[in-house]
Parts: sequence; C-alpha cells; structure tokens
Amino acid sequence: MSQVELVGINKRFGETTVIADVNLTIAPGEFCVFIGPSGCGKSTLLRIIAGLEAPSSGELRIDGVRVNEMEPAKRDIAMVFQSYALYPHMTVFENMAFGLRHLHLPKGEIDQRIEVAAQALNLATMLQRKPIALSGGQRQRVAIGRAIVRKPKVFLFDEPLSNLDAALRVKTRVEIAKLHRSLDGVSMVYVTHDQVEAMTLADKIVLLRPLAGNPDLPSVAQVGHPLELYHHPANRFVAAFIGSPSMNFIEGAISEVTAHDVTVNVAGQTLAAAVEGQGLQVGAKATLGIRPEHVLVGKAGLTGTVAHMEHLGEHAYVHLDTALSPQPLIAKTQLDALKLGERVQFSLPATAMHLFDANGQAMRRQQQEPLAA
Amino acid sequence: MSTAREPVSVIGKQRRRQAWWLVLPTLLVLAATAGWPLARTIWFSLTDAQLQDLSARQFVGLANYIGEGGILRDGEWWHAVGNTLLFSVSTVFLETLIGLGVALLLNTPSRVQGLLRAAVLVPWAIPTVVSAKMWSWMLHDQFGIINAILVGLHLVDRGLAFTADPHLAFPTIIMVDVWKTTPFMALLILAALQMVPGDCYEAARVDGVPRWRVFRYITLPLIMPGILVAMIFRSLDALRVFDVIYVMTSNSHVTKSMSVYVREQLIDFQQVGYGSAAATLLFFIIALCTTLYMGLTRPRLDADR
Repeated sequence: MSQVELVGINKRFGETTVIADVNLTIAPGEFCVFIGPSGCGKSTLLRIIAGLEAPSSGELRIDGVRVNEMEPAKRDIAMVFQSYALYPHMTVFENMAFGLRHLHLPKGEIDQRIEVAAQALNLATMLQRKPIALSGGQRQRVAIGRAIVRKPKVFLFDEPLSNLDAALRVKTRVEIAKLHRSLDGVSMVYVTHDQVEAMTLADKIVLLRPLAGNPDLPSVAQVGHPLELYHHPANRFVAAFIGSPSMNFIEGAISEVTAHDVTVNVAGQTLAAAVEGQGLQVGAKATLGIRPEHVLVGKAGLTGTVAHMEHLGEHAYVHLDTALSPQPLIAKTQLDALKLGERVQFSLPATAMHLFDANGQAMRRQQQEPLAA
Repeated sequence: MSTAREPVSVIGKQRRRQAWWLVLPTLLVLAATAGWPLARTIWFSLTDAQLQDLSARQFVGLANYIGEGGILRDGEWWHAVGNTLLFSVSTVFLETLIGLGVALLLNTPSRVQGLLRAAVLVPWAIPTVVSAKMWSWMLHDQFGIINAILVGLHLVDRGLAFTADPHLAFPTIIMVDVWKTTPFMALLILAALQMVPGDCYEAARVDGVPRWRVFRYITLPLIMPGILVAMIFRSLDALRVFDVIYVMTSNSHVTKSMSVYVREQLIDFQQVGYGSAAATLLFFIIALCTTLYMGLTRPRLDADR
C-alpha cells in the first residue's frame, strides 16, 4: 500500500521545458496510466518517479515522505522497461535473481519467489534459457517477473507492450490487468501512447500534452476515470486525443445562450449543444464537437455527401462532405449500403454535443454520462 | 549450423561463386604480400645462404634448425624466446588492466569526453621509433628529465641508467610499451563498453544493485568478447616486438626479443639461411600462441549476447 504524490513537478532539459507543473496523487492500489502523444514527457515523468531523472523543481512523495533525493533502490519501486532491459548473458532465472542477490535474503527465499513468479507468468519451463532464445512476449514476461520478485510497493511500466505484435498485445494487456488484481494493493503507473491500453487498464488516466515551447501551459491536460475523459473532456486537446476515430469538430460563432443550451451559428445554420453557457458572449468564436457514434445518419435535419466509406464488419464509418466544416464529418453507421456521392440526411443531437470556447476549454455538459464503477 | 547436407540450389551456387569473386582480390594481394615472402623465408631457412651472395646457396635440409649449431640448440635463441614471452604477457596484462581503467573513465559522460578521447590517442599516433627515442632522452642517466626529477626529490643519489642497467632495462622497455599501446586497448574496450545497453544499467540501478556487482556481473561479462579480441591483437603485436627494444636497448642481451635475434642473424651476421630459420620459428611460435589463445577463449568469444 503506497501513495505517490507529485507536487508542482517541472522538468527542463537545458532551455526546453518538457514537463510543467504536474500535480497528481496516485492512490494506493490504483492503476494509473500516463498517456499522450510523442514528446509530451510521459516517459520522463515515469523516470522521475523511478528516480532515474531528477525533477528540475517540485516535490515527489511516496507515502508522504519526500523522495527527491532518494536513490531509486530505496523507493520500493520496480520498473519494466520498454526494451525489457534483460541482461543478455544471464538465464531467465539469473535475470530475475540478480536484483535480489545483494539483499541477503534468507536461504531459499530467492528460489521460492522466482518459482511463484514463474508459475504465475508461465515461465517455469524456460528458467534456464537466455533472453536471446525467447520470443518477444516471453521476454516481456521475464521483465515483469523480474519486477514481481522484488515485491515492490509501486510498479512502473514504460510502454511495455509497444514491441509486441497486435494479438500478443491484447493478450498481455489482459494479463497485466489480472496481475494488478492479484497483487492486492500494489499501485501501478503505466506509460503508453495507445489509448485502447489506457482505456482498458486504467483506474485513472493522466493525459499529458506536449508543451511545444509554451511552458505556461500545465503538462496535464486532464486527469480522471477513462470514461470521464471520454464523455466529459476538459478541453479540445483531450476531446481530440481520446477516441478513435477522433471527435468531429465544427467551428462557429455563438448565436444564443439559454439556461439549458447554447446555439451556435455555423455556415448559416444553427446547431444546439446542451451545455452550460456561463461566461459565453454572443458572437464569440466557439467549436462544437461530436463523436462519430453520436452522429445520427439517416435522421432528417442536415445533409451531406458520402465521400468515403470504411467497412469494419460490425459497423461502418462514413465520411460526409458537409457545409459545416472543411474536413469531412465522420459518422458511425450500420448502413452498409451507402454509395459514394450519395446525399444522406443526418442530425447532430444537442445532448451529445460538446462545446469548446475560444481558448479550447470545454463547457460543462448538461447530460452527465454514467461512469463505470 | 545444419548437420544434414542440404542440396545446393542454383541461387546458392551463384551466391557462392559471387562470394569467391569478391574475396579473390584480397586473396591475391595476401598471396603476393604475405604468402610469397613467407614461402621464400621458409625456403631460405633450408639453405646456407649468406647476405652478400644469395645465389651461392646450398640446400642443407633442417641443419639450421636441429643441426650441430642449429637454432634449437642455441641458448641465446631460447633466451630471446623467454624474453619475448615475458614481454608479451606482462605488457598485454598491464595494458589490458590500465586500458580498462582508462576506458571506464572515458565512458563516464562529461563535457571534455571527446577531447579526452582524442588526447588519449596521442601516444598511439606517435611512431614507435620517435616515442622510443623520446623516452630514451627522458630516461637518460645524466641529462634525462626523469632522473632530474628523481634526484631533485632526493629519491635517488645519482641518475639511474634505465636503459643500460640490466635490472632496469626490461621494466623500462615494458613501461614504454605500456605507455604507447594502452590507448589502443582503451579505445577498443571503450567501443565494447558503449555496446552495453544503457537500460541494463538503469534496471540494475532501480533494483539497487551495488556498483561493483554491476561491473562484475553485467559490464565485465558483456565487454569480455571485446577485451579478448583486443588482447589477441596486442599479443600478436607484442610477440613480434622489435622497434622499442632495438631503439632503446639495441645491443643489450637482457632485452633481446625473437625479432631482434632474427635481425641480428640476418643483418649483423649475414646468415640469411640461419636467420630465415629463426624467422620461420618466430612465425610458428606466433601461430601456435594465437591458435592456443583462440582455442581457449573461443567459448567466451561466442558467448551469446
């Protein structure tokens, strides 16, 4: 049981700020996923928690104790590296035992711990093999085993699945989720750029954004439950990053603000979004957002031309050229028979609409989506 | 490697032929520059040729080797063999040890790393004759700077004859050779060090493995193949040692190496047949040492990485 707290963490490499003002608490037993596009500093943040990098300012606490100056080994953490970092000249057994040998554990303790880990990870038959004789998935499991045998309070994973093929990734993802359940009360911090991994594994997602030379922006775009980020993104960056295909954005100007919705003028038409409109000025620029699955294709209201179809079997995505935006509007549909160039009707239900002000901040939606427990 | 012999396909044949064409120029050059002189030396070693008239020679069989005055019965030769082996073992040992230390220092990231790496190479870049002459002067018993310092510090009463004193000549030669070739060792080992994946160190650091254990169980095993190759190179060089010894202690019996012995027979005594026999023996001794060394270290060189 261990709580990790990051207070005002900043990291600069020379003149470049890569992480700005991160404030975050990872609760004991929580599965916390850092996600973000390349260059957002998610791996650096993980390495700061590990102690492999020092923050330029701010404080890192584990169980309330400041650990900024503490060696990685003293922090009671274990890390699984993206490249697995297995010792190439040692057997699987030795790889797992090496981090324990200097601890002067009671006789038989090392063997026993490795046996348990090997059983759990299906490695029992390959303990005497060297990493070169293992497949990617097996190496990955050895790396996890090496972390397990240390019995840490916090597990750190740095993009652990990125070197595996798609099928193995799904399988290992499930294994990691099971591992988290079986290690009761152990916190996990997991870095990935794959939002499916983040959505499926996390209790809490920390979405980081690249600062791109703007150090006044805090690195954390939003923190929360995966479904909260999905249904109630705090800003346009989160809305665009979470969800695939990405949310549709429609630029317009505010035409009316009422108690239960905001109407936006887009290319001569008015579209309503059921959001709270405090502080919005009529005439100000704003961006509407709607996810592809919320666009109702075939329902009367607006029209568009089919520009492209993507058939995925259980459903299809239709790209519609509309007067609303220069980019085609993407909609999820069950209508497989749509033809290229066909005129179709669609509607954008106000309750599913997101609205972002001129600074990209989301307005609070009237409808609260139920979050999974 | 497959044990069963597979039928060679047409493409396989073509590839093999292409491979032969590609190595052919090298083989030809090697035959002309190494094979021919070697064959000629071996042939001369079976004759009684003299330097002033190479054509007036007679075939004498193995007389130069095992005859009445043959090399194998010459105490001086065996003394030179002993010297050379002692020289090789001690210099290669010291150079590896110091080279490893220097490489570890150079591998620590720092701003002057690039500069240091270049600076370290300077002794290696100086021709041996020049550096040997330079050291001869620095070690000169009357005018040398080393002796001036030693006397100035009252460590010795009067200058030491580093190159002439029978007790000092051999250590002096070794010291100069170590000074000169340690950089070479350091650079080869540095290259090996830089091949060690950095995340292995980070993994060990997160696990809190003490530094010396990291060195002993991660760094050393991973750079061992590199060190062994570097040691082969250096051993081959050391077994043929000539220039340092010839320049610094040309006529000393104490420091005579096999190459110096060969030159003495060929040039000073004009005994081309006898000298060639010594050169041939030198060749076989080096070949033997290398084969033994490779055989002993093969398992480690092949250690899977």
